[in-house]
Amino acid sequence: MPGSIQSIERAAAILELLAAAPVPLRVSEIGSAVQLPRATAHGILRTMLDVGWIEQDRVSGKYLIGEGRFAPGGRQVDPNELRARSMNWADPLAARSGEAVRVAVPEGPAARVIHYVFRPDHSTQKADVGALLPGHASALGKVLLAFRPSAGQALTDQALTPYTSRTLTTRSRLTSELAQVRRQGWAVEQGERQMDLAALAAPLTGLGGLVVGAVGIHGAVDRICDPNGVPRPRLLALVQECSRAIGRELHTPRTQA
Amino acid sequence: MKPRFVMAIDQGTTSTRAILFDHGGQLVAVSQLEHHQYFPKPGWLEHDPAEIWRNVEKVARRVLADVGARAEDIAAVGIANQRETIVLWDRRTGKPVRRAIVWQDTRTDALVDELQHAPGAGQITELTGLPLSSYFSAPKVRWMLEETPGLRERAERGEVLFGTMESWLIWNLTGGVHVTDVTNASRTLLMNIRSLKWDPQLLEFFGIPEAILPQIRSSLETYGTGRGVLEGVPIAAALGDQQAALFGQTCFAAGEGKCTYGTGSFLLLNTGTELVASTHGLLTTVAYQVAGQPAHYALEGSIAITGSLVQWFRDGLGLIGSAAEIETLARTVEDNGGCYIVPAFYGLFAPHWRPEARGIIAGLTSYITKGHLARAVLESTGWQTREVLDAMNADSSLRLRALKVDGGMTSDNLLMQFVADVLDVPVVRPMVAETVSLGAGYAAGLAVGYWSDLEGLRRNWHLAAQWQPAMDPARREAEYRNWTYAVELTLDWTSKTGAQ
Ligand SMILES: Nc1ncnc2c1ncn2[C@@H]1O[C@H](COP(=O)(O)OP(=O)(O)OP(=O)(O)O)[C@@H](O)[C@H]1O
Repeated sequence: MPGSIQSIERAAAILELLAAAPVPLRVSEIGSAVQLPRATAHGILRTMLDVGWIEQDRVSGKYLIGEGRFAPGGRQVDPNELRARSMNWADPLAARSGEAVRVAVPEGPAARVIHYVFRPDHSTQKADVGALLPGHASALGKVLLAFRPSAGQALTDQALTPYTSRTLTTRSRLTSELAQVRRQGWAVEQGERQMDLAALAAPLTGLGGLVVGAVGIHGAVDRICDPNGVPRPRLLALVQECSRAIGRELHTPRTQA
Repeated sequence: MKPRFVMAIDQGTTSTRAILFDHGGQLVAVSQLEHHQYFPKPGWLEHDPAEIWRNVEKVARRVLADVGARAEDIAAVGIANQRETIVLWDRRTGKPVRRAIVWQDTRTDALVDELQHAPGAGQITELTGLPLSSYFSAPKVRWMLEETPGLRERAERGEVLFGTMESWLIWNLTGGVHVTDVTNASRTLLMNIRSLKWDPQLLEFFGIPEAILPQIRSSLETYGTGRGVLEGVPIAAALGDQQAALFGQTCFAAGEGKCTYGTGSFLLLNTGTELVASTHGLLTTVAYQVAGQPAHYALEGSIAITGSLVQWFRDGLGLIGSAAEIETLARTVEDNGGCYIVPAFYGLFAPHWRPEARGIIAGLTSYITKGHLARAVLESTGWQTREVLDAMNADSSLRLRALKVDGGMTSDNLLMQFVADVLDVPVVRPMVAETVSLGAGYAAGLAVGYWSDLEGLRRNWHLAAQWQPAMDPARREAEYRNWTYAVELTLDWTSKTGAQ
């Protein structure tokens, strides 16, 4: 049996204190209430601030409980913020893979496209920013369902619209596919939404390990997968590299953006 | 073995970066270091040139190490630099005589006021394409010569050298070649914008001895070869940062233009080999020059407050937690609700040039929410761009067919759509966001034949995103009229109220 972890206990004590406080509190007030030196209290407060559990008043510098943090489903990352943080990494993914890139955030059991980078081939293309992709029939959607299990609970067999003959239309097939996505850390879509289209996607992990979005590429089936239907390793590596780079970006505190 | 990369050195106001690009124009590796900002007095801003040079060496070494490359793998080095900042150094020891005076530094405001009344002030704009302002290099050089004991005498004896940042770096990289590129020279107030030579009348006006000046060279040519980490590598291009961005956006021909949307914003329009003198408050500047060919010129309109208005909304008003959240807030409403924000924080710049104006929030009613204010903040960037573009259209017969954009604000879809709507031209964003570095890399690569021609580079330019104008023309004109009324309300504020 591992012993209790001190910093978590301290954070919990601070959280209870702030939740009960009628007004925002100073570091010194918090420190003396939970019997911690100012520097220690400050360090814990910084981390709690970064994960969004608490907030700091910009003018007075006092601390208060984070709004909306403990609402069901947890705080979602601002989609425009996620786009701003993804842009510098999504562009090179498109350039290197030669395919179009999308970034999506969860919306119920579906994936809302919030960023789109054109395929670099001088052709005329249309960005579908704002589109809602079905969770069970898109690579981005499957990643989001896999890592946010509560979002998929409402998906009954009836809700699994068949787009093509390859769409996963039973709850049990979807469940085993999502387990596979969780194991391997990425998802593939092969003609499940449109016969000639394939896509690869990987999760975007924010502070505290919460998956806040997904990034992926999509294009013609024969470009994304080999003749045996296996995703091309080079493309997969690029998608995963991009998801890690954006993840690192998400871990730099919001206060600096 | 053929060299694999070109290296760009982007010496910016806050940091220095070395970036490697491959033959496809793709970014391969980046290394970056920030340098100290010295604020010795209110309004003053200095950098330590020795620190900046050390950072250049470090980032160059690191970026090579990142990809396991050596000097032989580098076809050429190109420099893009913060413009107008001045360095003076000792010819013999190579030591800076004091810290660099940075472009934003306003210590010469009083000196410039004085110079405005000196004989010859009336011809400055005609000769240089620039207004007489403390922003540019000459007043800063004059100040340093006057305020540093003994410096003027040493300068006259030829013991001291002057340069903008690229001169300082080329001198150090090559071990003593003292040159400047023509785009940087065009920001000094000392170069004749037509002859592209130091102008005796201007040197006389500012009291600057010719002995300190670097030789003016084209932007694309080998100035010398590197030493140390970059042993033997041709130092083959230099461009001011905004000109480098224009080049990186492949705006090589007349009528092509770009806008960089950051803290402030810079719209540059290539006017070809023909110089366009502005009668509408824009600057005339050199866009680039290939060795042995005539220079390309540009019209430039700078907007002081764009991204910084978003920062003010975040930090000053505390209505959002991060810059990008302004879009989220703005999307909570359909339109601006009749509200307009004119961010004349330090007066109005291009194309108005009304220093006595101060900012305003016009059209306030009880209906206005923070969502409307967020829209008005973003729209102010769109309208300010429109004003600069209108001035360009009035000065020149060239018509922009699409606006290429870069910079941090281009992640804002609502803003980019609004810019397309109010300019009534498509707005396009390239896939390589680092246009400043890319421009320096392109220029250096072209100069040494790593790339063969401009057309080849155009093929490297890929579209990452595009916004098509979609606003009803009647609505556009009505909104623009309202904005223009709001601008009128800001004028004369300080002269009427006595506020600062
Ligand atoms: N999504 C957004 N919407 C509106 N404004 C934004 C957004 N993201 C960033 N900004 C603004 O853009 C500016 C940052 O852009 P950028 O990093 O290009 O600026 P810069 O500091 O001028 O550039 P550099 O540091 O590269 O010289 C900030 O002023 C910020 O407020």
